Amino acid sequence: MNRTRYLATGLLLVAALLMQGCGKEEPPKPAPKAEAPPPPPATVVKIGSAAPITGPQAHIGVDIRNGTQLAVDDINAAGLTIDGKKIKLELVSEDDEANPTKATTVAQKLVDSKVVAVVGHFNSGASIPASKIYSDAGIPQISPSSTNPKYTQQGFKTTFRVVANDDQQGPVGAKFALEKLKPKTIAVIDDSTAYGQGLADTFEATAKAGGAKIVAREHTTDKDTDFKAILTKIKGRKPELIFFGGIDPQAGPMAKQMVELGIKAKFMGGDGMQAQNFIKLAGNAAEGAMASMPGLPKDQMPGGAKFLEKFKARFNAEVELYAPMGYDAVFVLVEAMKRANSTDPARFLSEIGKTDYKGVIGPIAFDDKGDLRNGPITIYVVKDGKWETLEVVTPGGPPAAAAAEAAKAAEPVKK
Amino acid sequence: MDIFLQQIINGLVLGSIYALVALGYTMVYGILGLINFAHGDIVMVGALTALSVIAGLAGGAVPAPLILALALFAAILVCVALGVSIERVAYRPLRRAPRLAPLITAIGVSILIQYTAALIWSKQYIALPEIIRPSQFTLAGASFTDLQLFIFVLACGVMAGLLWFLRHTRLGKAMRASEQSPDVAGLMGIDVNRVIAFTFLLGSALGAVAGLMGIDVNRVIAFTFLLGSALGAVAGLMVVLYYGIGHYFMGFMLGLKAFTAAVLGGIGKVNGAVLGGLLLGLIESLASGYIGDLTGGVLGSNYRDIFAFLVLVVVLVFRPSGLIGERAADRA
Repeated sequence: MNRTRYLATGLLLVAALLMQGCGKEEPPKPAPKAEAPPPPPATVVKIGSAAPITGPQAHIGVDIRNGTQLAVDDINAAGLTIDGKKIKLELVSEDDEANPTKATTVAQKLVDSKVVAVVGHFNSGASIPASKIYSDAGIPQISPSSTNPKYTQQGFKTTFRVVANDDQQGPVGAKFALEKLKPKTIAVIDDSTAYGQGLADTFEATAKAGGAKIVAREHTTDKDTDFKAILTKIKGRKPELIFFGGIDPQAGPMAKQMVELGIKAKFMGGDGMQAQNFIKLAGNAAEGAMASMPGLPKDQMPGGAKFLEKFKARFNAEVELYAPMGYDAVFVLVEAMKRANSTDPARFLSEIGKTDYKGVIGPIAFDDKGDLRNGPITIYVVKDGKWETLEVVTPGGPPAAAAAEAAKAAEPVKK
Repeated sequence: MDIFLQQIINGLVLGSIYALVALGYTMVYGILGLINFAHGDIVMVGALTALSVIAGLAGGAVPAPLILALALFAAILVCVALGVSIERVAYRPLRRAPRLAPLITAIGVSILIQYTAALIWSKQYIALPEIIRPSQFTLAGASFTDLQLFIFVLACGVMAGLLWFLRHTRLGKAMRASEQSPDVAGLMGIDVNRVIAFTFLLGSALGAVAGLMGIDVNRVIAFTFLLGSALGAVAGLMVVLYYGIGHYFMGFMLGLKAFTAAVLGGIGKVNGAVLGGLLLGLIESLASGYIGDLTGGVLGSNYRDIFAFLVLVVVLVFRPSGLIGERAADRA
């Protein structure tokens, strides 16, 4: 090889290395700007945020991160003093790509960067492996969205969530389906993730107990986009309802392909499907699809309307799914710090369990495992290209809102 | 029984897409002895380009068929440019190098294209705007849409066209000659370098092919690449229309399966790619449909991708030359 070749190759390698250094797609660590001019240097307290910022579920992860960022900014703007010291919160945002292995790497990274708490992760499949790392380090972890029951059943003192879990979501969805749709035959599909499979299992169990016949139980993955073979097989079994445990990058194409194959069954899913992106991906095929989602309908949340406005003004985007939960999680952490009068996780961790906070999403209190007490679950339906509330159920709590919503629930729109 | 027919239909449509992409692999392998791992990603670039064009024009005054035609044209142009440049920059300098070098280069090019695409289009799934509403037909209980029919017919038409081209035109014969023996072809007065570049080009854009054919008959290799990339662009548009989404990593699995299809049929032979593609689509569709029943629920349809690779392993172990490949000893 002549010298020109060597030189060219060398330059190319150097260029590649340099690009790698400055080639991050989005700046992941926006330092929050305090509104008031900072007086004597404040102590910086770091809060970690872990969610899929890139990849097919990025729209949900970025949504959570934005909600968390908004909370950090609001708290900094209002000024925070703990134990006589001025505190400035800083959000350390990491991308776990919805990948369980990456989640553990991210968790270790956050722990090493000395965050005092973590709001994350999004996927149950990510939160569960990461929780061991946070627990070992004594770092409290509040998940805004992980619904798999195992997350809080591992015996860790550091795991919390501000949403109902799938031991409630699955049965609520199934009971709703059985009562309102009365399907005699149901087909269940899951995406082989901790979340999807767990949710599908609890749904299936309740549906079976309720007398429906499960005519098919199929699996796909959280990377797939071709469901023709599975749906064709299901079509042969003639179900009246198809339930999918998984997230919208799969649910969207699935709904579309159901229509293409001429399957007349109703389509229902969990919170992973209830994103705006589902409607975008499924197009007209989304009409009539139903999904359950932990939490009140956003416009019924105590702080909902204001939050939606603030969010839109700041990020120029609609709330996708879990931003309000991320927002409240930060406040729960800060309230605990205030009560313990310390930003040391060892001190304020025990205060989190005593939380009794009225957040944007409603009242937040945890049981002894870290689950949200009386977390409401809403059933939505897609009508005219938008998610609309069908019914709100509060397992274990006063059914006040539920009765009103149930009366309002029209027959699910046929596709 | 009607779902069996439905699975067959699904399999044939899937298979035609595999076949189109497999053609790109097989033609380049036939001429250069190189497995162009970057080809799946060229298809992806075509798909995303088409998606961008459609998304840009949708909802406006442009009628749907015209949007599709423009998307196809744009995809072909981009893929052709990409395919020919890759040949020129990455493979031609390694023409005389040991076979491993271009292979590794191909993998490198593949990764480069994937992440450049991620920078341009982001890593999110991009949805296809609904500009056409496929209407449905039922045939003996199996339903399919006119879109699926269109994909199948178009794929068959393109492949038939390619076969005709290879058999009856000077350039096609030159491609086949170079495929059989580049050095002898060179002795016969065919500029082998140009043949190779032409192959890359052709793979990228069937439309641009017509124009290029008149220019210089000796660019046969470049033409092969051109042809392969053109077919890839068509396949990319089909994938986007069929599944309604595109994203930067879609070329990876598709490329692997199409390569398997090419090997199944007999790599290096155009007929083989067509046969292998259709067959693989059928196998995958039927297997993922019936695997649950066959194994009593132990293996589910989420193991779908396994079948393509099982086929690859079986073919390579028992019949490496493929179904209709010739038992040829390695060319000296």
